Amino acid sequence: MPEHVSSVKSYVGIFLALLVLTGITVWVAELDLGPANDVVALVIAVTKGTLVVLFFMHVKYSTRLTKLTVIGAFLWLILLIGITLSDYASRGASDRVRGAPPEQPMQPIAGEIGDPGVR
Amino acid sequence: MSSSASAAPASPSEIAASLAKAGVHDHHPALQHHFDTLAQQKESATLGMWMFLVTEVLFFGGLFATYVIYRLRFPGVFAEASHKLNVIAGGFNTAVLICSSLTMALAIRSAQVDRRKAIVFWLILTVFLGSTFLGVKAYEYHHKYVEHLWPFTGDFDRGEFTPGHGRAAQIFFSLYFVMTGIHALHMVIGIGLLIWLMFPSWRGRFDSTYHNPLEMTGLYWHFVDIVWIFLFPLLYLLGAHAR
Repeated sequence: MPEHVSSVKSYVGIFLALLVLTGITVWVAELDLGPANDVVALVIAVTKGTLVVLFFMHVKYSTRLTKLTVIGAFLWLILLIGITLSDYASRGASDRVRGAPPEQPMQPIAGEIGDPGVR
Repeated sequence: MSSSASAAPASPSEIAASLAKAGVHDHHPALQHHFDTLAQQKESATLGMWMFLVTEVLFFGGLFATYVIYRLRFPGVFAEASHKLNVIAGGFNTAVLICSSLTMALAIRSAQVDRRKAIVFWLILTVFLGSTFLGVKAYEYHHKYVEHLWPFTGDFDRGEFTPGHGRAAQIFFSLYFVMTGIHALHMVIGIGLLIWLMFPSWRGRFDSTYHNPLEMTGLYWHFVDIVWIFLFPLLYLLGAHAR
């Protein structure tokens, strides 16, 4: 199977797209979008990463086994962060379901969620 | 030497030598004997490199998970601490790394189209850009040290942050130094690999038929670029709107 050789033009196109997306992410960060700031920043970062993986790392022209391996990496990453967060998000939930008296909340550290000083 | 008179069994190197004399050993010099074709060899190398990169994704993934947990716990302090980072330096470094990914891709393309000297040219440019990144990083680290934001020795309740927020701000700077530090270590290793590759490239070892070491180092270099693509918004830009 002959190897795919990308044109210089396509590499420069990807390069320019990455620079433009970097500019957009810096600009958007200055706007106050509430929680959407993080969503927009991550969507842009994932888009940039996908461009690099597909074109600079030639995964678009790789075999299906290589593509599966690449997808596997990101599935495991989602599991790692997702399952960890499901633990942190659901602490004390079983007590609430059983109707047990709520645990005495710990005194929040300054700056922590629950601290009256935090909006 | 006088192997014809010897009755002892021939060693593998002697067999290889006699086969070479007979013109039997006529495959591509880069083809390892346990592969049938160069294409199979390349596919194997690519798969192996990606398996390594999967472990790298999860290695950095653990750090990103730590970041997410503490960020959710201390949203305001993280935004406040992030303001101490230099967005201009971080943004400049992002652009430098993207440029270096382009020059790396062009180095591999030069091999694919049999331009030996161009490979070395693009490798030198990639090393130059990678070193620029590390130089800016050193400048930033130095500034953080001068500003007492060095999490291992600094006192974080000296008035830079809202009173009482110093401890959580110290967590942010611990994460900043560990994540960018390990990323920088990857850059140093990458630069070492690129310098090593200059020699076989110059000697014409890589061409359109074989350039696996270039291609695999490229995969590593682009991966390190992707890590920075995520580090930059998460560390430098978070809470920029509240500045």
